Amino acid sequence: MELVASLGIGVLAGSGVWLLLRPRTFQVIIGLSLLSYAVNLFIFSTGGLRSGAAAILEPGEAGSIAQYTDPLPQALVLTAIVISFATTALLLVVLLAARGLTGTDHVDGRERDR
Amino acid sequence: MYDTLLLLALLGLPFAGAIAAGLLPTRARNVASALAGAVALAGLSLVWAAYPIVSAGGVLRADFAWMPMLGLHFVLRLDGFAWLFAGVVTGIGALVVLYARYYMSSDDPVPRFFAFLLAFMGAMMGVVVSGNLLQLAFFWELTSLFSFLLIGYWHHTAAARDGARMALTITASGGLALFAGVLVLGHITGSYDLEVVLAAGDRIRAHPLYLPALVLILLGALTKSAQFPFHFWLPHAMAAPTPVSAYLHSATLVKAGIFLMARLWPAMAGTEAWFLIVGTAGLVTLLVGAYVAIFQHDLKGLLAYSTISHLGLITLLLGLNSKLALVAAVFHVLNHAAFKASLFMAAGIIDHETGTRDIRRLSGLNRPMPFTARLALVAAAAMAGVPLLNGFISKEMFFAEALSAEAPLPGLLNLLPLAALLASAFSVTYSLRFIHGAFFGPDPVDLPRQPHEPATWMRFPVEILVLACIMVGLLPAATVGPFLDVAVRAVLGPEVPYYSLTVWHGFNLPLLMSVVALAGGVALYRLLQRRLRSGAEGPPLLRRLQGQRIFERTMVFLSWRLARRLEGFLGTRRLQPQLRLIVAVAILAGAGAAWLRGVGPGNLPASPVDPVLALLWMVGGICAIGAAWQAKYHRLAAVILVGGVGLIVCVTFVWFSAPDLALTQLTVEVVTTVLLLLGLRWLPKRFQTPGERGPEVLTRTRRLRDLALAVAAGGGLAALSYAVMTRTPPDLLARDFLARAYTEGGGTNVVNVILVDFRGFDTLGEIFVVAAVALATYALLRRFRPAPDSVELPEQQRDQQETDTLQPERGESGRVADWLMVPFVLTRLVFPVMLLVAVFLLLRGHDLPGGGFSAGMVVAIAIIMLYMIGGTDWTEDRLRLRPHLWIGTGLLLATGTGLAAWAFGHPFLTSYFAYLDLPFIGKVPAASALLFDIGVFILVVGATLLMLVALAHQSVRGHRATPRPPPAPVARERTPVTAAGED
Repeated sequence: MELVASLGIGVLAGSGVWLLLRPRTFQVIIGLSLLSYAVNLFIFSTGGLRSGAAAILEPGEAGSIAQYTDPLPQALVLTAIVISFATTALLLVVLLAARGLTGTDHVDGRERDR
Repeated sequence: MYDTLLLLALLGLPFAGAIAAGLLPTRARNVASALAGAVALAGLSLVWAAYPIVSAGGVLRADFAWMPMLGLHFVLRLDGFAWLFAGVVTGIGALVVLYARYYMSSDDPVPRFFAFLLAFMGAMMGVVVSGNLLQLAFFWELTSLFSFLLIGYWHHTAAARDGARMALTITASGGLALFAGVLVLGHITGSYDLEVVLAAGDRIRAHPLYLPALVLILLGALTKSAQFPFHFWLPHAMAAPTPVSAYLHSATLVKAGIFLMARLWPAMAGTEAWFLIVGTAGLVTLLVGAYVAIFQHDLKGLLAYSTISHLGLITLLLGLNSKLALVAAVFHVLNHAAFKASLFMAAGIIDHETGTRDIRRLSGLNRPMPFTARLALVAAAAMAGVPLLNGFISKEMFFAEALSAEAPLPGLLNLLPLAALLASAFSVTYSLRFIHGAFFGPDPVDLPRQPHEPATWMRFPVEILVLACIMVGLLPAATVGPFLDVAVRAVLGPEVPYYSLTVWHGFNLPLLMSVVALAGGVALYRLLQRRLRSGAEGPPLLRRLQGQRIFERTMVFLSWRLARRLEGFLGTRRLQPQLRLIVAVAILAGAGAAWLRGVGPGNLPASPVDPVLALLWMVGGICAIGAAWQAKYHRLAAVILVGGVGLIVCVTFVWFSAPDLALTQLTVEVVTTVLLLLGLRWLPKRFQTPGERGPEVLTRTRRLRDLALAVAAGGGLAALSYAVMTRTPPDLLARDFLARAYTEGGGTNVVNVILVDFRGFDTLGEIFVVAAVALATYALLRRFRPAPDSVELPEQQRDQQETDTLQPERGESGRVADWLMVPFVLTRLVFPVMLLVAVFLLLRGHDLPGGGFSAGMVVAIAIIMLYMIGGTDWTEDRLRLRPHLWIGTGLLLATGTGLAAWAFGHPFLTSYFAYLDLPFIGKVPAASALLFDIGVFILVVGATLLMLVALAHQSVRGHRATPRPPPAPVARERTPVTAAGED
């Protein structure tokens, strides 16, 4: 299972990095999305991958790590998801504005000199 | 209490006065100078009020906890030594203020001058009364800063700007070194408290870090006190108004270095290294300064170099590692302050009344300004060490020390008396030059102004100082004796050696040296007459030794050539190389760490592979690679594929027991996709023309390189994740959070409790970020101008309208634009259900998966669905959305919940919880964290809507910008507008 998850993370990260290095703004934005999936999964995995572990405490009981999942990476990733949504939105708007101003969707605001 | 008040007033008054003076109108010269004078005199009387305590050997101390957990205290401490300097700072300060009142022209913004001067006084006072070394370093830098402002006061002249910049660069860099040195010292002693450090002298000297600490601290002290080779900033600082020179460059700022060396003398002196560094720097400065001073043509330049030389003398005395020498050094600090301040003021008077300071142009001023001439004569005689004046006594002490010094290098020691003699002779020569050049000789010709005596009050400070020179010279023990004793006892402790403050010690070697120096100086002056009259610039032999030129070359190199070269070498304005560099560095850093520490599978056995998840991830991988493949030409496909990846990620979260994450991921996924779809409309069309020539070789190489980087990054991250996942995860924090979530946070959903309670402050920061992003999005889009090729209606919409126009017989309900009728009705039905789901998620968030984020996203999705299906106009006619209001309310509610904890005397964001029994609903967790979560919810709704709606509105604006097509025959009051996502 760990192998599948880590391979998945790898593929996501690789695709994301590839797109990140492309010249079109849209490619970069998609790349960032993919990369943030990969990184979120990675952070999440630092708590250990356990299927079927309880995520919600029994009322009145102090939980222990033996029965419950690690809540800390989850809280971190939850924050990261929201922030990456915000950055994606901002980047999208910036790229639209840049495209409107410069007339090109190249990341540098002008086409590469040939 | 008395101590605290007195010390606070002593330190605070100048700063308060500075602020008050800064607020005065530009022309308020008299008010500003009266204010500054009052502050200085008040300071002086406070210093005097402290004398009874200090003279009895007591120490005034005020201690304020600053960061007590780190052992940092704000300590004000006034012992005898600090008291003496505080007296100099306030006393000379008062005289300088009086002088400046007459010196400064009413055309200058005088209040600003006094504001800087007072602020400098405060900073200097801070250095003097600091009882904590870090605090001392802080005030030290503050003095550099205010001296920069004062030197650059006439900022319209290039000389002032350059001088100010040079002084700041040198002294502030020295200050940074001092700061580092203080840190090392604190590391050695374990405390920054001055008293602890002073008591730990033996430990410091024996510590292996002693030498670095010493070098760093001395770098600070020597730059500040203009010691060779850092001396060159002082002559350039003469571009300052003369009161500044009289204050900063004779009595206070340059003495700060001396102060520091004497202050730390018990802790750091007494070693060979101290003798070599301090002694050598002092000796070289003493000689070079005195020698160069002779050949200056500018009165202030002469005084500046003579100051350098005298500072060298004091430094040399401190470097001799002898207690008697320390006494002589402190004594000479006082004497030098008195005669040099009065000489600067005299030079200023000459400049003020004649319009020039060039000795070659001045002569015979004795006749038009006899009083000033006599005052200057006495002061210069004191500087030259003429008997019966104060300079003579400290010079005698210096000779005695030079003769009896004990130190490791006998060769240097034999040179010492000779060097002392030579420097004394030089000082006689330049003093003579100052007096003879300016006041004697034929009547001056061709001066810019007709010279005459200055205003009586302008001369008054000079008179006071000269009187002090004479009184100390005649009756040293009766006048300055007690004060000197108090200061020296504070540094040396009880074992102060016997020293005698009398004019006459009998016929001895020092007296003989004095006589020889006087005679030699006069003879040298006569010998040099021809050269000095020739008016040649710069001293012989040392003309090429110009620290200034080296400084400027260094500055040009650092700030211009090196920077340019580095920029040319490393910099780029293109994004791709930058990103490539970042990725490459990240890979290298990861690979380097793996190389050094090794990486491999951990201790846990891998769990069996579930075929379902493997299949899912196969799809996920294909989606990711497909998105990477298609993002250039098929953007819609890429968006869909990324959505697929998001769903797989979401399922993975569920799979591995993270329902909250899955919920948030799902809702965020929907909103992100809608956003991207809305954006697609404004991107340029890009078609892959079949049969197109393949990419050039260069492009292909680039792509290969990027592919290699991507594979390396992906492979690296995969390996890293595998290594992480097969290790037992650390559970320190997890255990803590799990144990306390219910008992202290009152919730069973630990993730939510962490977000809204344990780490609520992080969440608060995060929602502020989200709000800021939403507003930024909105602001950017308000000024949005689409590219010309995106303005016209998309093809699909044109087709729709055309069809509707061509087939009017289909009627209103049959319009192509309304083909989404069924989803439209469904959406309207589902809308309230979605809102209910959102409330459900919100309320149960503390105990079960849900919470403010996902609930807010659900509401936003519900509304954006209305937009997508019903169109912007239809929705906005029915729903009055005010996203800004939502954002503001959310932020206020969340912050207010945090603030409310203060009202109950708890720290910010402390949460309170209880379970309430509501009728019908049952037991509801009523933690204050829920209120916080509601704030998050409201904000997320507002922020998400603001982004989405702002983007969606662009379509409407875009349509409105184009000339409208002729009105369709179908009667309808609103243009049908579909969301851009359909395009």
